[in-house]
Amino acid sequence: MKARVTVTLKAGVLDPQGQAIEGSLKGLGFPGVSSVRQGKVFDLVVDGTDEESARSQIASMCEKLLANTVIENYAIEITN
Amino acid sequence: MKSAVIVFPGLNRDRDMIAALTKISGTAPAIVWHQDADLPDVDLIVIPGGFSYGDYLRCGAIAARSPIMDKVRARAAAGVNVLGVCNGFQILLEAGLLPGALMRNQSLKFVCREVKLEVTNADTAFTRGYSKGQIIRCPVAHHDGNYFADSETLACLEGDGRVAFRYADGTNPNGSINNIAGILNERKNVLGLMPHPENLIESAHGGDDCRALFSGLLGQAA
Repeated sequence: MKARVTVTLKAGVLDPQGQAIEGSLKGLGFPGVSSVRQGKVFDLVVDGTDEESARSQIASMCEKLLANTVIENYAIEITN
Repeated sequence: MKSAVIVFPGLNRDRDMIAALTKISGTAPAIVWHQDADLPDVDLIVIPGGFSYGDYLRCGAIAARSPIMDKVRARAAAGVNVLGVCNGFQILLEAGLLPGALMRNQSLKFVCREVKLEVTNADTAFTRGYSKGQIIRCPVAHHDGNYFADSETLACLEGDGRVAFRYADGTNPNGSINNIAGILNERKNVLGLMPHPENLIESAHGGDDCRALFSGLLGQAA
């Protein structure tokens, strides 16, 4: 089973990298960009065919390693 | 004082830390590779700075999940003093031994310079060699030292005297919230510190402002 985990910074957590990217986009002349937040994407292949058990297993991976839940949120998407 | 230095692949400040501990305590620390089965019986455990696992995923994230950290956690719970410097601080945070997180520097630049630190709480094993409010010099060298914690955690740290060191005199190099440079756990036997005290302990370093951190720890343990 294939899954995609998206990790993003929580609202209110300063994202200097996102701000720098936003500045660069403006420098390239792209108008109307009012905010950029940078995150991470993990593409996983996990054994099994049961979507619910895969979701709960991946949620545990997020809590323990893939995300730092002090500053980050995560979202799990089954992609196959 | 018996001490141990934990070494992970990618650390590069371990030798400086070993030299400082050896010079100040007169005894070389035990060097514990992260895969070693045993952590010797010591009074002080130090996790030095560097780039464990190449800073992959998040700084300190991979090292924090290695089995040796379960042993460090158990010793900390038993009251052994634990010091994490720079990447060591990041590892202690990722391991859940200290609250909060260290984010990319606000400037987005790696900073390598000297800062001023205010000793915010002098009533701990780590800071007993100083007086409260004392300003000392200390070098920093990091890319991710911008301390962040939610307002509840921050209030708890400030209210319980768990901010040990603060950047002083406008020298905050990274945008760290409340100018925080080093924090303690609830029991105050675990200190995470972004600056490098091991690099200012003798005249050859250009000063010895940070020597008292180590000699204070020495004074506590036989």
